[in-house]
Amino acid sequence: MAEENRIQAEAVSYTYEEAETPALSQVSLAVKPGEFVAVLGHNGSGKSTLAKLLNALYVPTEGRVLVCGMDTRDDDRLWDIRRAAGMIFQNPDNQIVATLVREDVAFGLENLGVPHDEMVERIDRALEAVHMTAYAATAPHMLSGGQKQRVAIAGILAMTPLCLIADEATAMLDPSGRREVLDTVHRLNREEGISVVWITHFMEEAATADRVVVVSDGQTVLSGTPREVFTEVEKMREIHLDVPHMADLAKRLRDAGMPLREGILSVDEMTEEVCRLLCPSN
Amino acid sequence: MLKNITLGQYYPVDSWVHRLDPRVKILLTIALIVAVFLVRSMVGYAILLTFIFLASCLANVPFRLMIKGLKPLRFILILTFLLNLFFQSGGGEQEILVHWWIITITRAGLRQAVFFSARLALLVICTSLMTLTTSPIQLSDGIELLLSPLKIIHFPAHELAMMMSIALRFIPTLLEEADKIMKAQMARGADFESGNLIKRAKAMVPLLVPLFVSAFRRAGDLAMAMEARCYHGGEGRTRLRVLKLTRHDLFAVIAVALLIGVIILERAAMPDGWPL
Ligand SMILES: Nc1ncnc2c1ncn2[C@@H]1O[C@H](COP(=O)(O)OP(=O)(O)OP(=O)(O)O)[C@@H](O)[C@H]1O
Ligand SMILES: [Mg+2]
Repeated sequence: MAEENRIQAEAVSYTYEEAETPALSQVSLAVKPGEFVAVLGHNGSGKSTLAKLLNALYVPTEGRVLVCGMDTRDDDRLWDIRRAAGMIFQNPDNQIVATLVREDVAFGLENLGVPHDEMVERIDRALEAVHMTAYAATAPHMLSGGQKQRVAIAGILAMTPLCLIADEATAMLDPSGRREVLDTVHRLNREEGISVVWITHFMEEAATADRVVVVSDGQTVLSGTPREVFTEVEKMREIHLDVPHMADLAKRLRDAGMPLREGILSVDEMTEEVCRLLCPSN
Repeated sequence: MLKNITLGQYYPVDSWVHRLDPRVKILLTIALIVAVFLVRSMVGYAILLTFIFLASCLANVPFRLMIKGLKPLRFILILTFLLNLFFQSGGGEQEILVHWWIITITRAGLRQAVFFSARLALLVICTSLMTLTTSPIQLSDGIELLLSPLKIIHFPAHELAMMMSIALRFIPTLLEEADKIMKAQMARGADFESGNLIKRAKAMVPLLVPLFVSAFRRAGDLAMAMEARCYHGGEGRTRLRVLKLTRHDLFAVIAVALLIGVIILERAAMPDGWPL
């Protein structure tokens, strides 16, 4: 039998109190062990609502969410669910609780009642995994945005999660900070087999995922590998999302009659394909 | 400019006194305050001051820093001195030192003025010794643990300490933000510096409103993030920073106990306010 899905959302709807229309309706999502799923969508499409449903910060109005087989409605498993599905948020400043880096990493462990000696060990390991060991005794306000997000990741990592949910974790960072955080998460995904739900509105980030889910107006409109999704140029346009430049260019060239293959996303792939067409002898 | 602010008075060096358990330091400070109230004469104050001077040497804290702690209180000190000097009450024959116009200064008045301002100054110096050698976060730990027995009557000791530590965490962030907003408003022509008091207070409105809005937004975000990391109050919580009593704490307690013994002897032996 295959290992159960880390996250399984089944026809989930959620309506905020006092809201007329649901922020999310009939969304289904399954995240397999070790999978990196990107969720794309423009502002107000319901991405954050989805994220908060995935670790029991909200419970669905309709449908159900299972985290490693635990129903998020089950109050008795609340702490197990939040431990298994750790979450990092958009604003690096607003999720760091303690006055020193290592104490912030300790926060989740303290809440779980982990004994002191084990706590120290797990903090050291988590800080090492995000390459922040040198900053263990630094005050958070002295760090760059990317470093703060890595500290937040370490705080989750110390709780040994099976799944990491990142809600636009790079939206407030500069390009180098963005790369630093995304690389860290990819490495943890590869090396520790942690499943990732990566919510973003950057196409280039989504392109690095195993699977992309596009939400619009509270519904999933597209789902598939980055290649499959980004070659749906027209459909993406319809919901006001861009596609990577090369996917766009490939579509235009194809429309103009150039027989390019499907699924071109990067400059390298484009160069290769154009070379192949122009000098077939090579 | 805001990168390196230190909070409170904390003087960050390593020393024997810095390493004492904050709970012990808080309790000993209270004991010292009691000692200040027990003193009857200037001799007693001299003994206390010597003790604190020696402690500040052990703590690697320059003594002038402790004296500096008196500066914000100088008006209260002067007021205490003057009020006691002029309005010393007390019946009977009084030795008059100065008599000019409506001002009369008696020996007893002078004695009382010196005595009470010395008491006030020593109270401040005693607490400075603690705040200079204990970081705010240690203080908050110490207070939490000292108050934790009160949890049985539902006193929110943990919540209080959590509030203090979150405040400490966010002070630099909010200061930075205030600075940013101020510059943004100044770029739009706001003027924070000129005008009278009322005008300047009014000028603060465009600074305070966005700052408060942002603080509330941050509070909402932080609450969400804390919950996502399984925060559920103080129950069943372990802590990374554990406080352990050591031999050194015992030494400190003995030293203060001896001091209080001496002060009690002084109280028995000395006349009020001597030698003035
Ligand atoms: N606390 C709330 N109360 C009521 N309605 C809300 C609340 N939070 C979000 N909404 C509404 O729910 C919808 C989805 O919001 P959500 O925050 O999930 O979008 P998002 O995709 O994360 O957007 P963004 O890219 O801006 O973060 C929006 O229409 C929003 O107005
Ligand atoms: Mg959002």
